[in-house]
Amino acid sequence: MSEGGHHPAPLSPVERRVAALEALLTERGLVPEGFIEEITRRYESEIGPLNGAKVVARAWVDPGYKERLLTDGTAAIAELGFGGPEGDHMVVVENTPAVHNVIVCTLCSCYPWPVLGLPPSWYKDPPYRARMVREPRSLLAEMGCPLPGDVEIRVWDSSAEVRYLVLPQRPAGTAGLTEAELAGLVTRDSMIGVARL
Amino acid sequence: MQGFGAVAHSPAESAFPDRWQATARALMEVVAGAVEASGGEFRHSIERMDPGHYLTSSYYEHWLTGAATLAVEHGLVTHAELEARAGGRFPLSGPALAPPVADAGPDAGEPRFGVGDRVRVRDWHPPGHTRCPGYVRGKAGTVVRVDGTHSVPDIEAHGTARRYEPTYSVRFDAAGLWHDGQRGVTVHVDLWDSYLEPA
Repeated sequence: MSEGGHHPAPLSPVERRVAALEALLTERGLVPEGFIEEITRRYESEIGPLNGAKVVARAWVDPGYKERLLTDGTAAIAELGFGGPEGDHMVVVENTPAVHNVIVCTLCSCYPWPVLGLPPSWYKDPPYRARMVREPRSLLAEMGCPLPGDVEIRVWDSSAEVRYLVLPQRPAGTAGLTEAELAGLVTRDSMIGVARL
Repeated sequence: MQGFGAVAHSPAESAFPDRWQATARALMEVVAGAVEASGGEFRHSIERMDPGHYLTSSYYEHWLTGAATLAVEHGLVTHAELEARAGGRFPLSGPALAPPVADAGPDAGEPRFGVGDRVRVRDWHPPGHTRCPGYVRGKAGTVVRVDGTHSVPDIEAHGTARRYEPTYSVRFDAAGLWHDGQRGVTVHVDLWDSYLEPA
């Protein structure tokens, strides 16, 4: 095949298949100029967990915002300018000292793109998808998030159109921090629910 | 499914560690747009992969296989062209597992259930695409949230017919789902109206 000659390293079988489909669709005029670069840029730099961290930090400093966020997640998240595919029906679930929430998609890889970006590999792999509904307490401990036995675990399977975001508890000793500083404390994993802050 | 091992957890990773992954994602968007695929048809194109291929290939190889399958099924390209251009085998997903739905029936506008109602998930085995997870079929739970109406995936995956129904978030106690369900655990599953019956 001719396209192999343009690359310093030989292409793997899956790379050859991707190149084949790309070439055929491009020849048929179906791939707009720059489309692949645009997709890459959008998912690598436009959306990501920094957006969700801003939502969480706002909820920590503004009780009115938090109330709106827990009542109508989609609208409250839109107040900060975030929305779009896989974020049209958002439900935010709040962690408390007695309740820990965690999200999963057992059927595929549903995930709230506008606030968390694309899901990490492990979220999409069968072990996480199977075990988080079957043995969440053990799996959370294994992932570095052991919970006291009296903390209720609520697992949310994103099996229809709603996408979930966990609102983690604000860490102790952060009373003097600004909203931006607080956002810097919020990790992706804490908003999936596989970590506590 | 069960019997899986450790989760390969990492706290951060780039969206596309390899460039071909971004291309595969973009090509699925190209194909899905060109053939006007519904979310159900997109997901079913991946579910129809040979199980051995699915479990031994990466996430974006799933997307590539689904995109190529839809492109062939909708006449954008042929399988022979793909294999000739790839210089080797180009495995596609198997055929759709259910015929197109000719009559989707009337939409269900009003929710049948409210928050607090006990419901049971129908214990049935739809032949084609569904968003009703196997692990809750036949199980009883409690409605905790009523959401808006949404297109039923079982129908939209198999043709142009559509039916809209309310979806519900249903809470299940882990002890009722698994013989070894862990204490203090509830699992919430979002389910379309027609997946449910009164309990």
